[in-house]
Amino acid sequence: MRMPAPDPSLVARKGEIVRALQKIVPGEGVVSEAAGLVPFESDGLSAYRQTPIAVVLPETTRQVSEILAWCHANGVKVVPRGAGTSLSGGALPLADGVVLGLSKFNRVLEVDYANRCAVVQPGVTNLGVTGAVEAQGFYYAPDPSSQIACTIGGNVAENSGGVHCLKYGLTTNNLLGCELVLMTGEVVRLGGKAMDAEGYDLLGLVTGSEGLLGVVTEVTVRVLPRPETAKALLLGFPTVEGAAATVGDIIAAGVIPAGLEMMDNPAIRAAEAFVGAGYPVDAAALLIVELDGPAAECVELVGHVRMLAAERGADFVKTSENESERLAFWAGRKAAFPAVGRIAPDYFCMDGTIPRRALPQVLGRITELSAEYGLGVANVFHAGDGNLHPLILYDADIPGDLEKAEAFGADILKLCVAVGGVLTGEHGVGVEKRDLMGEMFDETDLACQQRVKCAFDPSLLLNPGKVFPTLHRCAELGRVHVHKGKVAFPELPRF
Amino acid sequence: MIDTAVRVLKPTTPEEVQVLVAEAGAAARHIEVVGGGTKRGVGEMDPVDLVLSTQRLDRIVDYAPEELVLTVQPGVRMVDVEKLVAARGQMLAFEPPRWTRLVGSRGEPTLGGVLAANLSGPRRIRAGAARDHFLGFEAVSGRGEIFKAGGKVVKNVTGYDLMKLMAGSWGTLAILTEVTVKVLPAPRAETTLLLFGLPDVRAAEAMTIAMNGPWEVSAAAHLPTFAARARPLKAEMPTTALRLEGFEASVAARVDGLLAALRGYGRIDALDGEHSRQFWSQVREVEAFAGDPRPLWRLSLPPATGWRGPHGLPGDALYDWAGGLAWLLTEEPPEKVRAVTAGLGGHALCLRGAPAFAARAGALGALHDRVKAAFDPLGVLNPGRLEGAG
Repeated sequence: MRMPAPDPSLVARKGEIVRALQKIVPGEGVVSEAAGLVPFESDGLSAYRQTPIAVVLPETTRQVSEILAWCHANGVKVVPRGAGTSLSGGALPLADGVVLGLSKFNRVLEVDYANRCAVVQPGVTNLGVTGAVEAQGFYYAPDPSSQIACTIGGNVAENSGGVHCLKYGLTTNNLLGCELVLMTGEVVRLGGKAMDAEGYDLLGLVTGSEGLLGVVTEVTVRVLPRPETAKALLLGFPTVEGAAATVGDIIAAGVIPAGLEMMDNPAIRAAEAFVGAGYPVDAAALLIVELDGPAAECVELVGHVRMLAAERGADFVKTSENESERLAFWAGRKAAFPAVGRIAPDYFCMDGTIPRRALPQVLGRITELSAEYGLGVANVFHAGDGNLHPLILYDADIPGDLEKAEAFGADILKLCVAVGGVLTGEHGVGVEKRDLMGEMFDETDLACQQRVKCAFDPSLLLNPGKVFPTLHRCAELGRVHVHKGKVAFPELPRF
Repeated sequence: MIDTAVRVLKPTTPEEVQVLVAEAGAAARHIEVVGGGTKRGVGEMDPVDLVLSTQRLDRIVDYAPEELVLTVQPGVRMVDVEKLVAARGQMLAFEPPRWTRLVGSRGEPTLGGVLAANLSGPRRIRAGAARDHFLGFEAVSGRGEIFKAGGKVVKNVTGYDLMKLMAGSWGTLAILTEVTVKVLPAPRAETTLLLFGLPDVRAAEAMTIAMNGPWEVSAAAHLPTFAARARPLKAEMPTTALRLEGFEASVAARVDGLLAALRGYGRIDALDGEHSRQFWSQVREVEAFAGDPRPLWRLSLPPATGWRGPHGLPGDALYDWAGGLAWLLTEEPPEKVRAVTAGLGGHALCLRGAPAFAARAGALGALHDRVKAAFDPLGVLNPGRLEGAG
């Protein structure tokens, strides 16, 4: 992966840029010393690092607006950052850009139970939103594994998912409104507390736009009443096929579980060794099925799912008897990434989605690729919605290992697309999958997306180098090509 | 104004659509895009040279019930889509309305039209809107280019979410030529609880209690007397309705819980199965307001303040989406309706009797215009359709 070549003239203007930012955010809001910049060099995708010109940490929308307006007027690139937990390099700094950190926007502004929503600043953590409403029996549904650290602003930028999004949706399905600052410094409000958009659904467009369209400075999220009960099942299978078929059977039976996760044997072993969740370490595949709702429903559906699993050969079945056991079942899955981090010096987490019917085929091919590349792999899988997370194990200290891991990952994602799936289910394209966009989209598709970028940020200063393999100049994309010459479909009636 | 003298073309392939749009652009001509044509009366339209109907783009491309995914061409009629998925025990969870009787139109709505207008029914409060179930598409932009976005799986964040942009764009950005939507299991059972005689403010309270508990209410509406009078209700007083859906045992348990929570709101009756379905179909279609000559408004509001919007405006109102959607028949001036609605944090769509959309101004208005220009710089598609006045 290569980032666009930095502009040396911008790097040379560091002093001037820092002074301008300090004028907008006085005090300690601008970081420019080498030591202070180290924590900002990378995000959750730690394979890539870059020191920015400076980091600015504003506290008000007005400051954000002034920073962006100044950078816009001066041609300075800006990389927005929440908690920096992106797994696709969305917050990777640019050598010739500044990082705009939203960590000081950490207040819950309003909780409105009558309208079942909360208005929060973007630096509030995902779990912090639930924290603000749980005393009244509410919660915020999307739950990425990094929820203790990741911020709601970052969730909006990445359209984050989590283990419960099969039933409750991604971030985009749980947002009502936001305040957005454009690269020009203009501030717009999208949505509010009403359910439908007026005019174009720009809120939906901005969600998941990976920090390329604007900087979110306030978010209104939907909060939900907690389900009355939740039960989790652990189902161990001697074959991957048995587990995969059970997932299909559950959905076919009309059951949409709150969570439906799968782990393969290496992932089971790593998680069990790390947290001791009681997983069957000899199983080829493990399903974690969570059912929530009224107690009567949970009891009925637990019985149903157990029966379906038994028919597919499940030889390990455990149902959570209480809340602490349910959480323990999840602890292994939620800690799967750090658990794998203990068995290899480094790992790459992939994020393709596939039609579920292709699962046995895809896992089989991943095993073959693992042997071909000589790199280990552990698979965790949001099985209900087909979102696959192969964790490729490598050692960055071994020359060539990173490149091998990148190539292995690219092969997996190409395979996902080839079987009818997509490059990323929830982690975003970022820099990691940027160069693979051509696997899914042709030049015209990408041009249509880039023109949206141009409508929001025509000078391409906001988070450039992410998402698009090549950023074309907006003037070039904006041209209307009028095709003259041969008339296609001469038999068609005309005007 | 619908000009019936304008020629209607019904292309059968995306390539034919592309040629027509590209040529229209080159010749500075304008196209009106229609599916079933049932919402043509909503909103103004500048004069066009051609009507392009998607009716013959009507192929079922792929239906994979076990993947919860359906791909069709946009001209497939809603009645056919619903029949197809119902045969496998599934549904479009956003419960799309038809509104044909409501707006006095003929014909059968298409899935493409439903998505283009982002139409969602009573279940919107629980399952989300059309936009939340729109997974991917192929389309011809106003530039005359065939392009695609999204995917054919239920979870995907690759590239910009242009599905959200298409949903509710009323055909002003591109002509859909293939769409992929999420389908979900249809509920096995449903029960609707009915509360009687509550004034608007008490009804809003009851709906909030129901929505804020763990009962997974899938529809909440409040009907004034004139709307409650129709079958199957035949109630001579305002009626508040709360729907519970799912597996039988679950519905029964939640009915008990909700009844207990609503003690103090008077007598509570229940509608089951077919009666419940029939009732919500009436709410979805706003049948009580069909055929009334007064201007018809659809107000989208923060749910708990919903009833206050119509309260500040003389006329007749009924409420869906737990108050988040207010239907209003009123002779009040459009500017006033929009101002009252905006003051409560919402917005208003006029289906009949005034400009449909509000005018947009400032940075947001300019951004809208740039988004339109990104897809349709020459203004070929549905000219003026989303423009507001007053």
